[in-house]
Amino acid sequence: MNVASFFSGAYEKLAFYLGFPFVRYALIAGVLIALCSSLLGVTLVLKRFSFIGDGLSHVAFGAMAIAAVLKMTNNMPLILAVTILCAVLLLRTGQRAKIKGDAAVAMISVGALAIGYLLMNVFPTSGNVSGDVCTTLFGSTSILTLKLSDVIVCGVLSVVVVTVFVVFYNRIFSVTFDEDFARATGTRASLYNLLIAVTVAVVIVLAMNLVGSLLISALVIFPALSAMRVYKSFRAVTVCSAVVSVSCALVGILVSIFAGTPVGSTIVAVDIAVFGAFWLVGLLKKG
Amino acid sequence: MAYLTCRDLALGYDGRELISGIDFEVDPGDYLVVVGENGSGKSTLMKTILGLLPPVRGAIARGDGLLKNEIGYLPQQTTIQKDFPASVREIVLSGTQNRGGFRPFYSREDKKTADENIEKMGISHLAKRCYRELSGGQQQRVLLARALCATRKLLLLDEPVAGLDPMVTAEMYALIESLNRDDGVTIIMISHDIAAAIKYADHILHIGERVFFGTKAEYLASENYMRIAKAGDIE
Repeated sequence: MNVASFFSGAYEKLAFYLGFPFVRYALIAGVLIALCSSLLGVTLVLKRFSFIGDGLSHVAFGAMAIAAVLKMTNNMPLILAVTILCAVLLLRTGQRAKIKGDAAVAMISVGALAIGYLLMNVFPTSGNVSGDVCTTLFGSTSILTLKLSDVIVCGVLSVVVVTVFVVFYNRIFSVTFDEDFARATGTRASLYNLLIAVTVAVVIVLAMNLVGSLLISALVIFPALSAMRVYKSFRAVTVCSAVVSVSCALVGILVSIFAGTPVGSTIVAVDIAVFGAFWLVGLLKKG
Repeated sequence: MAYLTCRDLALGYDGRELISGIDFEVDPGDYLVVVGENGSGKSTLMKTILGLLPPVRGAIARGDGLLKNEIGYLPQQTTIQKDFPASVREIVLSGTQNRGGFRPFYSREDKKTADENIEKMGISHLAKRCYRELSGGQQQRVLLARALCATRKLLLLDEPVAGLDPMVTAEMYALIESLNRDDGVTIIMISHDIAAAIKYADHILHIGERVFFGTKAEYLASENYMRIAKAGDIE
């Protein structure tokens, strides 16, 4: 098979898949989620909060289990509320004492995971508990089962997250770079930390659909880390991180559809490969 | 009326008193150096003046039209900043953020202010460079330019020459002196370099077991200074 026919074949296959609404929904939601998570990733990595994403996603898993046990048809509000609450608590302790904050993240994270799994086993909602758990943790198929209403919710929340980020971009920069200076010259740093915490929580609940709870941190930190290897200003790093994240999500979703691999882990694998490439470029640039 | 007036101030964390009986005032145009041994409460005083910590007792009164956010601040380097990807201009611009009202983006005037201060600090050629790749002295100039964007009235400098080599240290002191003398910027500097304090300051606040505040001449005749001079701490 020559190259031209390979590409035309791939194109036909792509066009065929894009005919299905669920594929289009997955691509739209994936791009939006990747964009939101990468924007906040830069701040979280720089503030040494990389693991907060991980901790919060486990909280979201616990909340989802509670919602399932309560047989709630619309579990989004509960998950959002619980995750936002934990985000606020975690970022607050993180400011006062670094080590204690670290332990608090670990505690809440594994605690929520354990309680969530326990609840799902004690009050099973379907015959296949381990299948359910696996789906929630690794998001194996949920991105491909989105309904139009899910995509709309995802779209609205993404617009909110991106707007907040753009409007407060300069404040987020100064609070991240030097909180004491910002506070001393009249920036309400605790307000912006709260804003960051709430936005992170929203992003994580959104991202659970795409990559599942266990892999969210990857979505948050890899694009930021890749961009930081090569670019040297905050703006360039932010823009690059967004571009990397969106491209990786697109490529990952398409590959997973073609190859039949799990969506979440495929996206993360692409993110890792890109990080490797950027790391090399960074090394070469340094000379 | 003074910019800052402290009467019988007690400082500490979480209501626990670390040091008490601090009286001093800072008038417009002053160059005050705060000296004292490590752990004597210099940084705590700094944070209290900046409003990052509440005083345990007493109060710091602002006067002479000095607003709460008109105190510029040159902090010590934090670990976060060591690998922070930010250009010099981005950092200096961030100093203009609280000049009246909330604006999401920088105005043309903000950018002009930033560029002027970058030039004033002699780092125009570094404006596009990455902060973490600069030398210690260059980084201090960037942070000084940022502080000047926030205010031209009062600058609080926390150990501005820590970790700099002797030549860069001398340049830094000269730069601060010219800000004070030529631009009328009021300076409060925390330092453990008593020799430099005597050379540049017009007022000295010595905190420790015995708190001293007065002009340089008074300090040189004070018991606080005698004790240190006798111990041979000053070259």
